[in-house]
Amino acid sequence: MSNAGGEQLDLDRLTARYPAIMAGGRWQAARLAFAGFALLASVVAGFASLDISWSRFISGFAELARIIGLMLPPDCGNPARLLLWIKALGETLSIALLGTLTAAVLAFPISLLAARNVTPAWPVRFTIRRGLDTIRGVNTLIWALVWINVIGLGPFAGVLAIMTTDFGTFGKLFSEAFEAADAKQGEAVIAAGGGELHRVRFGLIPQILPVLLSQILYLIESNTRAATIIGIVGAGGIGQHLTEAIRTLEWQQVSFLVLMILVTVAIIDFVSSRVRFAIIGNRPRAAMPHE
Amino acid sequence: MSHGLLTLPEAQLEPLRRTYAHARLKKRTQLLLAAALLLGAVILSGITAEVRIDALFAHIDRLSGYIARIFYLENHQPVWTDPAEWFWGLKKWLRLIGETLIIAYLGTIFGALGAFVLCFFAAANLAWSQVLRWFAVRFLEFCRTVPELVFALLFVASFGLGPLPGILALAIHTLGALGKQYSEVVENADMKPFEGVTATGATWPESVRFAILPQVLSNFASYGLLRFEINVRESAIIGFVGAGGIGQDLLVAVRRFYYSDVSAIVLLIIAMVAIIDLATERVRRHLIGREQAP
Repeated sequence: MSNAGGEQLDLDRLTARYPAIMAGGRWQAARLAFAGFALLASVVAGFASLDISWSRFISGFAELARIIGLMLPPDCGNPARLLLWIKALGETLSIALLGTLTAAVLAFPISLLAARNVTPAWPVRFTIRRGLDTIRGVNTLIWALVWINVIGLGPFAGVLAIMTTDFGTFGKLFSEAFEAADAKQGEAVIAAGGGELHRVRFGLIPQILPVLLSQILYLIESNTRAATIIGIVGAGGIGQHLTEAIRTLEWQQVSFLVLMILVTVAIIDFVSSRVRFAIIGNRPRAAMPHE
Repeated sequence: MSHGLLTLPEAQLEPLRRTYAHARLKKRTQLLLAAALLLGAVILSGITAEVRIDALFAHIDRLSGYIARIFYLENHQPVWTDPAEWFWGLKKWLRLIGETLIIAYLGTIFGALGAFVLCFFAAANLAWSQVLRWFAVRFLEFCRTVPELVFALLFVASFGLGPLPGILALAIHTLGALGKQYSEVVENADMKPFEGVTATGATWPESVRFAILPQVLSNFASYGLLRFEINVRESAIIGFVGAGGIGQDLLVAVRRFYYSDVSAIVLLIIAMVAIIDLATERVRRHLIGREQAP
């Protein structure tokens, strides 16, 4: 009891001595409570506006548990199908690699036009940046639908879809990398008698090349994931088989396919992180979009 | 020659030259080898992915043709001649855009809450036990590696069509992605306050609450907002598999060649994404500003 009284006394004395800090704590608590309440209210309002049937919600979990039970053990059916899937997985990897590389090659010159320290004319920069934003704002799957109209069903449409979205992403990332580069090296090139193009070529590009390479590698990794689902709209790869297995309720095949995807992504991650390490060392990478 | 550079005697210079030439040769061989490997991979994947450059160039006009076609109405007038006809379904589409945003919002909130709880178990500097940490890290990895659409398909099969499977799929993916980022933030936190609070006799949850949480909360919020931006883009297409939002209408419009509808819906999606990006960027800048202030 005496201990509790002492604490109380202490608290009183502390409050008297540091009124600003103690009041701040209470004010902060009130704000926190308000934020928590607002969050809860928004979640409830969100659910209410969607008119979700709660009985469906409960029975859905039972159904989900049943499906997961049906998934075990993973099974591919027969060796012929396994071979087909491995080929589709190869298609997925090819889509990711080709799409990302072509996007990088195409985006490089454009990104120069979008970087402030290369292109001083702001109307050019502004137009290109908004264009890149628009391309990026349209999802890969939507681009896949557009390209299927052009080139027909198949993995090539997937390559082009990934290329288009990543063209927008790389354009933005590369131009930001250019703008973050150190200006001193370029100034040195100018001081030594170099022209504007020399400055970009010898003062800017060598500086950020490792950054660009690591960004390309990172996007190859993330596109391996994207390329696994692009088959849902018919643009090639393993996604086609996965959708089909889910639609026909072949749950053991579904879990086998998911396992295949997990293993492949893990291998790609491992290889790419090794290569990245070899290129740039253990440098932390900048924040990436659509991770 | 009097102003020539000071050079070493030939006897000393020779081995240096040789080392230099050797180093350059090694570097060049490495580069060539890497280039050859890359070229091989590109050719191989070009064959696997059935790349047909000639077909692409032969049909490239279809791309411009398609993009031009979606800006024409059924009566072959450009869309801007009759905005009312172009956006005939505006009311329905805006409702679906709202649904898309709500799916993204709820998915982000639930995913972030799960990530918030799990990240303290997955962070190397706070983990109770290595076994628990291993499970937490693998679980997060699983959640972010399986694509959202696969989860969405699975949930549509068990919960039926509608926004609920979309929310769940986004929440699981968000849990995996944010859980990793959050645990990295926690691992970068300064451990001295944690030791100090623990030394006063605080339990583990108390120490986390008073020593770690104040350090990481603004970063958590910033990453959460970034994830919300990403989820808004994702929820726009999650309707492709019937998991709610505007995606379903877009897919139908594309598949049935309702050209002007395609452009209208895509423009609405782009506008939605742009507005959300602008708004969250402002909030994030505010958060970062607060973090840097003492």
